[in-house]
Amino acid sequence: MKEKDYLKDLNEIKRIMHQSTRFVSLSGITGVLVGIYALIGAFLARQSIINHFNNQSNDIDSLILTLLVIALSVALISVITAYILTKRKAKSNNQSLWNATVKRLLFHFMVPLLAGGILSLELLQMGFYGLVAPITLIFYGIALVNASNFTFSNIKYLGLAEIVLGLIAINYIGYGLYFWAIGFGIFHIIYGTFMYFNERKS
Amino acid sequence: MSLIKNINKIFDNRVRLGIMSALMVNESIDFNTLKELLDVTDGNLASHIKALEKSEYITIKKQFIGKKTNTKYNATKLGKLAFKKHIEALEKLIHQQKKN
Repeated sequence: MKEKDYLKDLNEIKRIMHQSTRFVSLSGITGVLVGIYALIGAFLARQSIINHFNNQSNDIDSLILTLLVIALSVALISVITAYILTKRKAKSNNQSLWNATVKRLLFHFMVPLLAGGILSLELLQMGFYGLVAPITLIFYGIALVNASNFTFSNIKYLGLAEIVLGLIAINYIGYGLYFWAIGFGIFHIIYGTFMYFNERKS
Repeated sequence: MSLIKNINKIFDNRVRLGIMSALMVNESIDFNTLKELLDVTDGNLASHIKALEKSEYITIKKQFIGKKTNTKYNATKLGKLAFKKHIEALEKLIHQQKKN
């Protein structure tokens, strides 16, 4: 065996260790698209809030319902987009979309996310509307940091940024929508663009 | 060359090396995941798994999920130790060759 073979062996060991623990078929484009959906959602939400106050309506429940529908639609379209683009990339990487690494990634991502989501709904029911934006940002950030052990590790920086933004947002209750637009919109677009250029380099 | 002694013959094969690499960083892995990861045929993978089991580097656990069997593999302490030694030997060899 020559030196080249030993090196090849070591590289193969590294590749398999990496590929068997991390799911790397996420694409930067997904991040950018999700960010754009979030910005559109934030714009629509702003319009409905402005309409609500212009009409001097007292029906806060129907406004909350409208905002909830917008938020859930954005989330749903984002998940569908992520699913389609990830499936496509997994196919070109020769990875199946339902393997051990995906399951692990989803589990560690979903636990904080579901906890934060349920907490937010409970806060809404109790009338603590202002806390929803900071709480969702913080829990989403925790979900990303948690998931970063099972996919691209640099996604933890996006997570940390969301957590910090959420903690700042607590001091500016009433401006939640703007923090949402920054956290779910701008941050995703920035991270997605960064990832897109990283993908093209490698 | 004393270094060559540490190079483990069992790992002198791409598939066996791959199986051990994956089992070093995962608690356990099932057959299909290994197959996908290493891009080999059923028969090929099965024969290398047998070889590793024979040298007591891995253990095999059979489970039933409904009516389907699900076979999982773990690396043994002995296997992990042997693999670590093998990697160290590889690194030393590369290092030495660079010097010469």
